[in-house]
Amino acid sequence: MLIQLKNIIKEYDNGGVVTRVLRNISLDVEEGEFISIMGPSGSGKSTLMHIIGFLDRPTSGKYFFDNENIETFTDDELARIRNERIGFVFQSFNLLARTTVLDNVILPLTYGKKKDHIMLATKALEAVGLGNRLNFLSNQISGGQKQRVAIARALVCDPKVIFADEPTGNLDSKSGATVMNILGRLNSEGRTIILVTHDRNTAEHAKRIITIKDGTIISDEKNHHQKKSEIIEDDLEL
Amino acid sequence: MVHLFKNINTITKNLLSRKARSFLTILGIIIGVAGVIIIISLGAGAQALVLGQITKLGTNLIGVLPGKSNEKGPPASVFGVQIKTLINDDLEAIKDKNRVPHATEVAAYVRGSVTLVSGHESVDTTFTGTDGSYPRVQNVQMDRGTFFTDEEGRTGANVMVLGYDVANQLFPNGGELGSIVKIQNSGNTFGSIPFRVIGVQEKLGTVAFQNQDDQVYIPFTIGQRQILGINYIQFVRIKTDTSDNVSSTIADVERVLREQHHINNKDNDDFSVRDLADAIKILTSITDGLRMFLGLMAGISLIVGGIGIMNIMLVTVSERTREIGLRKALGATPKQIRNQFLIEAVLLTGVGGIFGIIFGILVSYIIALGARYAGYDWSFVISPLAIILAVFVSTLTGIVFGLFPALKAAKLNPIDALRYE
Repeated sequence: MLIQLKNIIKEYDNGGVVTRVLRNISLDVEEGEFISIMGPSGSGKSTLMHIIGFLDRPTSGKYFFDNENIETFTDDELARIRNERIGFVFQSFNLLARTTVLDNVILPLTYGKKKDHIMLATKALEAVGLGNRLNFLSNQISGGQKQRVAIARALVCDPKVIFADEPTGNLDSKSGATVMNILGRLNSEGRTIILVTHDRNTAEHAKRIITIKDGTIISDEKNHHQKKSEIIEDDLEL
Repeated sequence: MVHLFKNINTITKNLLSRKARSFLTILGIIIGVAGVIIIISLGAGAQALVLGQITKLGTNLIGVLPGKSNEKGPPASVFGVQIKTLINDDLEAIKDKNRVPHATEVAAYVRGSVTLVSGHESVDTTFTGTDGSYPRVQNVQMDRGTFFTDEEGRTGANVMVLGYDVANQLFPNGGELGSIVKIQNSGNTFGSIPFRVIGVQEKLGTVAFQNQDDQVYIPFTIGQRQILGINYIQFVRIKTDTSDNVSSTIADVERVLREQHHINNKDNDDFSVRDLADAIKILTSITDGLRMFLGLMAGISLIVGGIGIMNIMLVTVSERTREIGLRKALGATPKQIRNQFLIEAVLLTGVGGIFGIIFGILVSYIIALGARYAGYDWSFVISPLAIILAVFVSTLTGIVFGLFPALKAAKLNPIDALRYE
């Protein structure tokens, strides 16, 4: 079992007013799955994703990652997991501004132990079709290309899981399709993908769809008609 | 070590990607550091200038001025008020070896404005009527020719010594020695008196904001009687044999003058006797005040620089906090983030500090050069303490305001830092 959540609760304290965002979430994820977490805004899906992705800690409940209880992890151990075993793709890309595409992808490598940073980063960028944009500044490329840089950055340390938080939310449909296609391909190569979206269409790229409402899981089912985006060659070649 | 070097390389790249912010931070530090160095250097240079001009004269000099004064300030005669109590008999009494034994040289002074005419050239300048002992009292040398002798001074020969600038104005082509120069005094009706030029004084430059080369010297009696038409003395300067005898000589002169003026109580003195130590004391207290004021200005410059640094650091806190959130999400440990920001702050403040020191020293040096060019005997003083203090304060501001928000952000959950506004 790659990910195991038991009775996860998350509360926010806003000046004495406690808001419970996640109520008793339990969830198992096997290695190699492609999961969409769906729900309207405010449902708690992003919060859940942040907790699974080690960006946030639950108020209570147990979280086992690779059969290890993350409660026992120190800050440094958490940093290592974020660096080596997971990759994160954000809705707003979160690239370093005024920095080259290559340096953005190298960034996670500088926090790890791997060598040959330039070679690894170039390979990751080639995998998302940006091998010819290495020395462009991050603000000189299109939104779709930015998100592909972000995917390359998530990929560069060869993680087991890639988390994607509304990865197509800021993109036009064509760029969005390209991004979903890349995620699908990464999954077929054996990587676990966990995707958060409010959009049914995007969610249907996954093999399993979990729906959340008001902080609880209201449905968790296999997606029998998984969508495949056709590869849009011209975008990849650009 | 290799790791640190690589770190610095990455961070430099990072800093260069935010040129404006890095430049403004460095600028703040440069302003703070350079400002302090320049201002402190100015203060020290000005003080050395003022005190150097006095000590250059020698420490075994005593001045006698007409009019009473107390310890705190000069007598009214300094400000141009004519006091007629010091007369030629007093001068003779002071010159008497039996009454003032340690006075080796005594020179009396009167001063006035005159117009000099030579051929078709004429020049408005000041004259000093004094004794032949003047060059020995004042420690001045001649550029060419000689000063008048004690004998010529006493008898009032019609000879004249030119200041360096006057010589150049009156005799642009040289040949002044032996020439005749006439003194015309518009305030008097004696017509004009001819003098033979026997010497030109060396270039003295500007002392106490007066050009010392724009004047001429003539024997005391002619200056006093024929040109000014007065019978009193404006100033007497006495040189003692050694500086140890200055205070005893002051006492001798005071006693002699009281006898001459029939004064029984020193509260009724109508003269002032001062040595240069007094003048140095007064001027030191004035220039110390000036330096304190300048030090205050330096402090303000440091605060301004510091606030500049602080502002830039604080303005970018939210941007940087989000950056820290991203770095944490990508696997940076709190220690790695702390190191990054520490190296960044050290690099910025280091570069700023070095440029500030260079800039401050350079500007101070240029000011010193300019002042020397303008004729002031300005010394180029750099205070190591000022440099250390300025660099320390600027660096501290940079590190405190750059590092503390970063350390705070490094402790946040990555998502909280990412969403920071």
